[in-house]
Amino acid sequence: MTSHRIDLPCARIDRSQPLSFTFDGIRLAGFVGDTLASALLANGWRMLGRSFKYGRPRGIVGSGPEEPNALVQVEAGANTIPNLKATQVELYDGLVARRTTGWPSLRADLKSLGGRFGRFMPAGFYYKTFKPEFAWRRIEPLIRNAAGYGATPLDADPDLYDHQHHHAQVLVVGGGAAGLAAALAAGRAGLDVILVDESSEPGGWLLSMPNVAIAGKPSGEWLSDILAELASLPNVRVMPRTSAFALHDLNLVQAVEQLQDHLAPAARDSTKPRQRLHRIRAGRIVLATGAIDRPLVFGQNDRPGIMTASALTTYLNRYAVAVGNRVVILTSNDYAYQGACDLAKAGVRVTLVDTRTALDLAWERKARGAGIDVRAGYGISRTHGSHAIDGVQLIKLDAAGNAVPGRAPYLDCDAVGSSGGLSPTVHLYCHDGGRPQWDESRLAFIAPATGRARSGIFCVGALAGEFGLSGALEQTWIIMDEVLATFGKEQARERTHATTTEMTTSPAQRIFRVPDGKREGHGKKAFVDFQNDVATSDIHLAVRENYRSIEHIKRYTALGFGTDQGKLSNVNGFAIAADALGKSIPEVGTTTYRPAYSPVTFGTLAGPHAGNTFDPRRYTAMHACHAKRGAAFEPVGQWLRPWYFPQGSEDMHAAVKRECLAARRGVAIMDASTLGKIDLKGKDVRELLNRVYANAWTSLAPGKCRYGLMLDENGMVMDDGVTACIADDHFHMTTTTGGAARVLSWLEKWHQTEWPDLDVFMTSVTDHWATAAVVGPKSREVLAKVCKDIDLSPAAFKFMDWREGTVADVPARVFRISFSGELAFEVNVEATYGAHVWEALMEAGAEHGITPYGTETMHVLRAEKGFIIVGQDTDGSLTPYDLDMAWAVSLKKAYSFLGQRSLTREDTARKGRKQLVGLLTEQPDVVLREGAQIIESTDIKHPMPMLGHVTSSYMSPELGRSIALAVVADGIARRSPEGVKDGRDVLYAWARGDAHRVRVVSPVFLDPKGERQNV
Amino acid sequence: MSGIVNKDYSFWSLFTKGLRHHEGWEPAWRSPEPQKSYDFVIVGAGGHGLATAYYLAKEHGAKSVVVLEKGYLGGGNTARNTTIVRSNYLWDDAALLYEHALKLWEGLTQDLNFNVMFSQRGVFNLGHTLQDMRDIERRVASNNLNGIDALVLDAREVKERIPLIDTSKRARYPILGASLQPRGGVARHDAVAWGFARGASKYGVDIIENCEVVGMDIADGRIKGLETTRGYIGASRVGCVAAGHSSVLAAMAGIRLPLESHPLQALVSESMKPCLDTVVMSNAVHGYLSQSDKGELVIGAGIDHFNSYAQRGSPHVIEHTAAAIIEMFPMFSRLRMNRQWGGIVDTAPDACPIISKTRVKGLYFNCGWGTGGFKATPGSGHVFAHTLAHDEPHPLNAAFSLDRFWSGHLIDEHGAAGVAH
Repeated sequence: MTSHRIDLPCARIDRSQPLSFTFDGIRLAGFVGDTLASALLANGWRMLGRSFKYGRPRGIVGSGPEEPNALVQVEAGANTIPNLKATQVELYDGLVARRTTGWPSLRADLKSLGGRFGRFMPAGFYYKTFKPEFAWRRIEPLIRNAAGYGATPLDADPDLYDHQHHHAQVLVVGGGAAGLAAALAAGRAGLDVILVDESSEPGGWLLSMPNVAIAGKPSGEWLSDILAELASLPNVRVMPRTSAFALHDLNLVQAVEQLQDHLAPAARDSTKPRQRLHRIRAGRIVLATGAIDRPLVFGQNDRPGIMTASALTTYLNRYAVAVGNRVVILTSNDYAYQGACDLAKAGVRVTLVDTRTALDLAWERKARGAGIDVRAGYGISRTHGSHAIDGVQLIKLDAAGNAVPGRAPYLDCDAVGSSGGLSPTVHLYCHDGGRPQWDESRLAFIAPATGRARSGIFCVGALAGEFGLSGALEQTWIIMDEVLATFGKEQARERTHATTTEMTTSPAQRIFRVPDGKREGHGKKAFVDFQNDVATSDIHLAVRENYRSIEHIKRYTALGFGTDQGKLSNVNGFAIAADALGKSIPEVGTTTYRPAYSPVTFGTLAGPHAGNTFDPRRYTAMHACHAKRGAAFEPVGQWLRPWYFPQGSEDMHAAVKRECLAARRGVAIMDASTLGKIDLKGKDVRELLNRVYANAWTSLAPGKCRYGLMLDENGMVMDDGVTACIADDHFHMTTTTGGAARVLSWLEKWHQTEWPDLDVFMTSVTDHWATAAVVGPKSREVLAKVCKDIDLSPAAFKFMDWREGTVADVPARVFRISFSGELAFEVNVEATYGAHVWEALMEAGAEHGITPYGTETMHVLRAEKGFIIVGQDTDGSLTPYDLDMAWAVSLKKAYSFLGQRSLTREDTARKGRKQLVGLLTEQPDVVLREGAQIIESTDIKHPMPMLGHVTSSYMSPELGRSIALAVVADGIARRSPEGVKDGRDVLYAWARGDAHRVRVVSPVFLDPKGERQNV
Repeated sequence: MSGIVNKDYSFWSLFTKGLRHHEGWEPAWRSPEPQKSYDFVIVGAGGHGLATAYYLAKEHGAKSVVVLEKGYLGGGNTARNTTIVRSNYLWDDAALLYEHALKLWEGLTQDLNFNVMFSQRGVFNLGHTLQDMRDIERRVASNNLNGIDALVLDAREVKERIPLIDTSKRARYPILGASLQPRGGVARHDAVAWGFARGASKYGVDIIENCEVVGMDIADGRIKGLETTRGYIGASRVGCVAAGHSSVLAAMAGIRLPLESHPLQALVSESMKPCLDTVVMSNAVHGYLSQSDKGELVIGAGIDHFNSYAQRGSPHVIEHTAAAIIEMFPMFSRLRMNRQWGGIVDTAPDACPIISKTRVKGLYFNCGWGTGGFKATPGSGHVFAHTLAHDEPHPLNAAFSLDRFWSGHLIDEHGAAGVAH
């Protein structure tokens, strides 16, 4: 096998705990401590997928979140997880993974056939072709099927997710050497510290650097000592497997913690969350996010077996995997040398190809001493192999990194590592508007250590450009002085840990694209972004076509759009674009770094707000009473309201008919608890009511109620309801069910921003009260049985009065108001007594056959009376005049009311506006569709003039025919009184191709004088 | 009509240029130095601005047109939207304007000789309550009578067409039905800007990027020119198409627009195998999504209620959107958000655009598209070009003048806008 496990005791795998897993159905073995990637490599797997566009064979490139290629599907069924990076999947026993690309198989991939014509498929080729409509209609599905990686599960997610909030004095992001040192400094100073690290164990690059000593200790020992000390500090919390994926304004960091995915399925606890979102608001944020090894770009650099030099090192030192037997390492810097030496020491034949003509003597000596074949002044021009690398063609370079014509060696090899320098992980630093700075000496975009200190954000270690371990620790120490000073603290002076045995480095060469001696586009494809198949030639093509902004280049080529968020590709892309544009890298700049740093599940983002708890369900105090009587429920806002109460095999129409007739002829009862209720207190409440309602409130006496229309700034009806005067400075307002919160916000907005001088206090009391409306000619008799202390006689308790008393032995406010047109009493009691009072009223009404009813019957009853429902019969475009409710507008108030001015605007005051009317169908059994449009003729032309629409439509049991409410242009004038026949009243209601002839009438179909409610 | 025809993008040209290493491609648009003055200056090289310039040159024969852009062209909301195209608006004025745009979309790829990847995969607007269904019935009937394709579906029909959607009663707000506009769909947003830029450039329009307008030269109630970061540019007529920054431009002319600028966020998942072949929108649970050709779920989030010009929003909005998506598609809980971003939307009080003359002669505004401007891009440019060329609104945008905020003739489209304002 080419890549294989070796014996390396310092590696962080546990050979005493072997694991078994399958990939693409093949059973393989690994150890505790492995990732899926390291275990696959240990088993000799190199090709794991096919590329996005050309179907080229691809393998593992990185060792962490930067991985662009190795996207796998883990587990199956409802538990499957698509698109995981194999480099981040912790191995567990029984893990089942499979490829996400390669059809019908990895070796024989259909897409790769098309990929052979890749020269005709450069960046953006699809913008230039497939243009005829018929062609696009056929091609697009093929493109869609060819695209995409993992597959979505088909069943609902069975797992749980949750959210936690934290406040920390110091949040450290990144648990490498610098982050740990920062956390220790802050922890020793007694600050509340949280350290998050995305990996399964903190340590960062130290886990791959066993051969370095810090403070006289091997790095592994230094690491365990510092972790032990952090664990001993009660004010420090270290969170592994926790990836900070977004940094928002005002130092809010979102981080996702993996709680169970690393466990074998049998060991998972389905009652506990799979992942947890931490929202951490931190006084200071110390970013220690490190850097990622940047690959060099060269011809055919995408073959399986070619990876970053540091990934080679990590697989060797952390996982005891030699990625090849004969390895070529291509580098432009000294960082790759230590890993090369480690590989050679492990018995691998290593050739170090350094693009520099002048090498660092100490490192060169060390490499040669380790038996490494060092070739200075060479690059790789192209590679060879079928499904994996088996050789590289070198090319001679001059001191400036340009190709020198002539022959150069060809090297057989089975793995290649490349390093073009380090790219600091600046993502989080930039999420809330920070900009990275180009550092020409380090050839990197770095986050300046104290560039955002004023926001409380500090950067340490490689992120700030300190690529060496000693320098990073020293710099962290200095920066932490500053951080602690902002808390008025100093750190203990023990900087012993800053000395390491790491060798110093000399400058890296400025090279991103290794030349192949040909003009760009003429040679072999050299890939910049593996996941999106973006090659150097694509960037040059974009520039040639005038896509010159880096954002245009990104969008035209798809550079950096992948799930790796361009961690390997972006800086190379910016540099290659700079070359193509003839600009400097800082002139080109970067694209915008956006969350998420690493992809995060929607489940985690939603947390507990899924399924039953997506939105609160509100139940009235009487809900159980309704459920026990078999009510069907309707969601109204967050509430569940009884819709109708079917008995036996009744359908809705039968139930509603029975309920309606009970209310009209006997007695019925409805739960009206969901209406919004606002308690208003203060000496200026009357004035507030005058200003927010269209009608006048000055004269409403205690014990009286009044109906009001609330208008928006445009004079359009936005809510309605009855308000009762409890005392001169105390009122009880009701709103529509859906409008409760909106109305309170509206009142508060006006009170707080425009009328702070008004002495008013508002409290939402919607669910403090339970309300039962007892409705019908017998309602007085029923109520009288359970209410002895209120004189219910018509003379003593008039329509639109309210009284305080006792109902079913419970203190109650009884309102004599009616939304049905019948004699009715609304009994309000403290919510906890709601069910008791409901049952008492049911019992009291039993002899009269008291009938519970729901929203549907309520709608029919009020429609028979022409009472509007705001939001159903109105839509924000109707004034009180449009509703024929001029009686609810008072223009005589001393202070204007909201919407008054707008009522006089030209369009709002004009004649012929849409107005509320009743409609009667020609055939009495036809119930119009609610929403049907009103037209004048059935001769349909497009566009057809529309006069209005049907807002409400029902079969009226009392009238024995259908009725409807509608808004119709100039509707009030069209209403046909008996005997008048000018033809304007005859219209058609049209929906889904059917037109019904209708007559425009008054919206009051029943009891136009309102006698029934006054009995 | 000008005689220039764009034919240089084709399968054949890809082939022949491919044989020559793609070295023969011309710039998609020219980047000239600005001239001293122009007949028409369009401020803002987003989709709407570029479309305006394109139609001015193509349909009105304008010879002297420039588009000024403070950043890179197509870099504002054109680059940040969720690419949905539909015309199923409630009110006649809005419906006919958006339908005009949809008809232009249907021939846009051919007209521009640039594949904008317009994909008529249908748009579903879900209903979760009885009132939602009444509103859907009303809107569909209105659409049908306006000649716009639309139909009402019940929950079973929704499930048949969108297999992964949860239409069960388990949902907190069970899906009762939907409206469907089959001709609606999505397009490749960036390509729209590039296609119009290329088309406009071919017709002689100058496009000047990295050129910010910093002042307006107004004398005797008439616009004379613009101060820019690249010098003074004289102008006979100026059309401002600057979305979230419209108010900033208007202030230079002493005009206060009834607009508020808010951050609006969107996000994409990782690239998935095909799992959703249409566009699904829900106002009630507040989320909308489609799947791009590349395989990402493209998801629209809500607006932040504060005003801002920062192109990023608050995390709780994203979290709520994720919850809404899971409410509709419970299996998507296991998919992952790859990237989120924000744009700045200019919202008018009635959720409808302003395409209007102003009290400054020669100064025109096209703004207020709020959360839904992308779908209108070609139609907006088309009628605005007419407005600029004739100094009179096109019949389709007459109702969208600034006057309506005085007359009260508002076109309240809050229900049809995908996002609550």
